[in-house]
Amino acid sequence: MNIHEYQAKELLDKFGVTNTPGGVASTPEEAERVARSLGTNNLVVKAQIHAGGRGKGTFTNGFKGGVHLCKTANQVRDITEQMLGHTLVTHQTGPEGRVVRKVLVSKSVEIARELYIAVLIDRAISAPVIVASTEGGVDIETVAAHTPEKIIHMPVNPLYGLLPYQTRKLAKLLGMASGEMRLACKLFASLYKLFIRSDCSMVEVNPLVVTKGGEILALDAKFNFDDNALFRHPEIRDYRDLEEEDPREVEASKSNLSYIGLDGNIACLVNGAGLAMATMDIIKHHGGEPANFLDVGGGATEQQVTEAFKILISDKRVKAILVNIFGGIMKCDIIAQGIINAVKAVQLPVPLVVRLEGTNVEAGRKLLNDSGLPLLAATDIADAAQKVVAAAQAA
Amino acid sequence: MAILVDKNTRLLVQGITGKAGGFHARSCMEYGTNVVAGVTPARGGELFDDKIPVFDTVFEARQQTGCNATMIFVPAEFAADSIMEAVDSCIELIICITEGIPVVDMMRVKAGMAGSNSRLIGPNCPGIITPGQCKIGIMPGYIHKPGKVGVVSRSGTLTYEAVWQLSSRGHGQSTCVGIGGDPINGTSHLDAVKMFNADPDTEAMILIGEIGGTAEEEAAAWLAANCKKPVAAFIAGATAPPGRRMGHAGAIVSGGMGTAAGKIEALQAAGIEVAETPADMADALLRRMARG
Repeated sequence: MNIHEYQAKELLDKFGVTNTPGGVASTPEEAERVARSLGTNNLVVKAQIHAGGRGKGTFTNGFKGGVHLCKTANQVRDITEQMLGHTLVTHQTGPEGRVVRKVLVSKSVEIARELYIAVLIDRAISAPVIVASTEGGVDIETVAAHTPEKIIHMPVNPLYGLLPYQTRKLAKLLGMASGEMRLACKLFASLYKLFIRSDCSMVEVNPLVVTKGGEILALDAKFNFDDNALFRHPEIRDYRDLEEEDPREVEASKSNLSYIGLDGNIACLVNGAGLAMATMDIIKHHGGEPANFLDVGGGATEQQVTEAFKILISDKRVKAILVNIFGGIMKCDIIAQGIINAVKAVQLPVPLVVRLEGTNVEAGRKLLNDSGLPLLAATDIADAAQKVVAAAQAA
Repeated sequence: MAILVDKNTRLLVQGITGKAGGFHARSCMEYGTNVVAGVTPARGGELFDDKIPVFDTVFEARQQTGCNATMIFVPAEFAADSIMEAVDSCIELIICITEGIPVVDMMRVKAGMAGSNSRLIGPNCPGIITPGQCKIGIMPGYIHKPGKVGVVSRSGTLTYEAVWQLSSRGHGQSTCVGIGGDPINGTSHLDAVKMFNADPDTEAMILIGEIGGTAEEEAAAWLAANCKKPVAAFIAGATAPPGRRMGHAGAIVSGGMGTAAGKIEALQAAGIEVAETPADMADALLRRMARG
């Protein structure tokens, strides 16, 4: 799940991670009010979309740039006017771009030094690790590749949390002067608290800046959250912006289906994440392109299978569908009935290849045979992949 | 005799009165697993299916039945607590089927288990089976066949696929271990292959991995240096887009790490036969065995 920059700012504020003063606005008037309340002539307006490269992006109305420095509140209002309701195209949005519905107006600061800090999970040690560098404001992977000695790794014991001495050590490793220690340590501790209490899988602050006025601020923060923990974070679930997501994925999430949209033309419906990935791989191996990842899971109901099938059918790019089920907890007859129900409700527009194996396989095959649906039965996973690729190519 | 579980295993089921817990406890019993107790807080004193005693706590179940393994079917928000409860009662083998446990909870479990004598398998896994002796988990028992091939996998249904391919080619399995699809788990590929290597009844292995993390690479390096038994492998997710979590919480390529290509390269460098497609897993092992 991605969140907007203004939502990231809200989270930083909530946990006391110092960052630049500012506020979000949905109208030019509101943006002007926020600008006046900041009481400064150094202002910046940023279009809020879930994509990078905003500064160098172009709006479809011809207006250039999704990030602008401004000197007055009136200027903020005019710039906001040009952004809101318009479509911003960046190198990450694709040619269709994203509609800007909100802007973030903040104070622009004079930067003395740019640093980097992130908290993430290190799978190898099953613990959080702090990654930091004096080389901020640039791509950290480039820094790691060319100057690995400039990357600081500090593992954290998950039972103790980030200890105060660790924050002091971190401050020193980042070159903080004694006078800067107090603010820096407080920021590190707050950032770690935010990471754990919000069940993040990653928080990345790049750049973390020391201003000419001696402040230490998180200038830009990116978050990844642990989807497994969203049940205990309604406040973070509310940050979800459906307008920013693939409509197929939004539809699938309403039925609690694990679906990821891809660009190919062969839809797949599979049980189990590993088998679903492997099914995509074997489609590609035989010369096809998968249109999606879809794991209906072990506990799916007939209703969920029907909904899943409707999503696959409604994708106009799809030229053929592959159902690959190895019933364990999932019973093959449930899958068969779900398919039959879906096809009854929506005409089957493309060829359908079905491979069933495992629990209740005979009952499932019988249901499909008796239904009179025009489907191609496959004997195993290789046969299924070959048949569906051939069907998609013939279409 | 096989690894971790056999006919002497005495199984406890945490969450036995729930819908999934009850269903799968029954299916394990039908397979022949010796289920000796269940735990559901506030349901102590009941009998599950008129014969299995239900306790309020794992502590009591351990004391009164001598259970030495547990299968956990507790909802994700309470599962970490259930694992630690089993650790506290010194249950030797803890199999956590539950999917969706927060990573922060699992980090604490893992740190909290350090120094204990318990082994955790999972979470988010199908469980473990020694065919013909003991099934602890949600896998369909009938596809398995007693034999000499050890199977370790991060994915449930891909394991079934491999087992099915083996069984239908006449090759049985010593033990199949589903280690689960989460980024933090109790038993790694490396732990499982070490046990298979030491097990005289296991003559060959299939290792099934997927994108994300470096567990497969670690197992490959160890196998290259220490194992003479033939090993085949398959890695799922070669076509997965980077940065997206592919169903399993652990299946994500981030920052160019954990790609299928990198894992396949490491496995091949270790002399492991890597199946080209998921249809090729058993045949890959047969090729490797034929090579000697």
